[in-house]
Amino acid sequence: MSRWPPTIAGLVGLAVWQGAVWATGVPAYLVPGPVAIVHAFLAAPALLLGSLVSTLVVTFTALGVATGLGVGMAVAITASRWARAAIQPWAVALQVTPIVAIAPLIIAWVGDPFAALVACAVIVAFFPIFSNTAIGLASPPAELLDLFRLNGAGGWATLRLLRLPAALPYFLAGLRISGGLALVGAVVAEFVAGAGGFASGLAYRILESGYRLQIPRMFAALVLLSAAGIAIDATLSGVGRVLLRRRGGA
Amino acid sequence: MTLLEIEGVGRRFATGTEALRDASLTIAAGDFVALLGPSGCGKSTLLRLIAGLDAPDSGALRWGDGAGMAAGEIGFVFQDATLLPWATAAENVWLPLRLRGVSREAAHDAVWAALGRVGLAGFEGARPRELSGGMRMRVSIARALVGRPRLLLMDEPFAALDEFTRHGLQDDMLALWRDVGCTVVFVTHSIYEASFLARRIVVMTPRPGRIAAEISSALAPEAATRFSPGYAALVGEVTGVLRQAMAVGQGA
Repeated sequence: MSRWPPTIAGLVGLAVWQGAVWATGVPAYLVPGPVAIVHAFLAAPALLLGSLVSTLVVTFTALGVATGLGVGMAVAITASRWARAAIQPWAVALQVTPIVAIAPLIIAWVGDPFAALVACAVIVAFFPIFSNTAIGLASPPAELLDLFRLNGAGGWATLRLLRLPAALPYFLAGLRISGGLALVGAVVAEFVAGAGGFASGLAYRILESGYRLQIPRMFAALVLLSAAGIAIDATLSGVGRVLLRRRGGA
Repeated sequence: MTLLEIEGVGRRFATGTEALRDASLTIAAGDFVALLGPSGCGKSTLLRLIAGLDAPDSGALRWGDGAGMAAGEIGFVFQDATLLPWATAAENVWLPLRLRGVSREAAHDAVWAALGRVGLAGFEGARPRELSGGMRMRVSIARALVGRPRLLLMDEPFAALDEFTRHGLQDDMLALWRDVGCTVVFVTHSIYEASFLARRIVVMTPRPGRIAAEISSALAPEAATRFSPGYAALVGEVTGVLRQAMAVGQGA
């Protein structure tokens, strides 16, 4: 039941779109219909899928780095008031700085194009993981923290047996947001880097197709991009559900 | 034998609230003491001082053996069960032992026995959300008892439960106290609960909390006491003393 409404709505939308393109005779370099887009994809599937893989590699590398940094810094600010005062404002500053504005700098500074793209995506994806995990680490009630103290638990035992497990649902919610953002960050960085960059990701394909007026191919790349975003979100939320169910509760 | 002597203890919080003033109390080993008073009279503060979770601004706590309590020698039961929601009942009860380095296998028998003592045999693998409020509190009590503490501190543990569940837990609490033989300090704002459970009822004044009076109980520590004339008389006596304490508190 729950699968049908979006499927039907999508199919109707595609049909209306294709019908309108046929009826008005609008040229494909302005608005290609779904059929033309599928043709464009089938004309060069290896090229587009290769670009997709390239963008996904950047995305997941960035997501991994953002997870390590985010969780690490969240633990740091939970453990030390000094670290909290030192880190928190800079994390917020990083979060509110538009990536489009600093991406050219990063790409200029970081010599390796792959590392530059990953760095941009990390900057965008870092904050939700960091912020959510920090909230989760602080979530255990004072009574439970007292109980740990009464039984002589040190900071490490409290972190391992109480704070980290309590933070898991918060972290997973942050990870899901960051998954989408990592993709956005990777694409933005590819756009800014343009032909001077890694020159193989989906954003580069979109730019290139635009310059060459291969608008159906540009749309095919766009479709792949949003499909990748949906797949990342579904995967991360699925992984989260399984993890929480396996341990038997939030 | 004296377990703990509390001498003229005072506590004022950073907010300026004076929770306790010059409170003195002697707790004998094996006793069941109820700290009774209205909300905000410093009962919980006194309990936290005894637990070592907070330090007094004035006065002192002297342990009978001169040494004080090591980690794990104090069991604490809070108003909420405060279980780890992701852990089973057995894992929750294991926690205090685990924090002291006892492995799951080594703790198994003690954990199963503790759950059995609170009437939860067969629920070892249940998660907190699968248990009722009363059962969660039982797990919490098992967790406090599993390490065989010398002192069990309870902070209004049954206040959030319904009357039937509360009566059941109170009956079981008396049986546990007789069997386990540890000292209990029990904070409550219920005259009935204090009169039914405690061997000694310590009545406190409103904030800043002081010890207004101590009443000893000669009632038998058993469920049938609820229906005895002596219980009704004690409730009456405690009510009168508490009323006086309230008046003193307002006059101060």
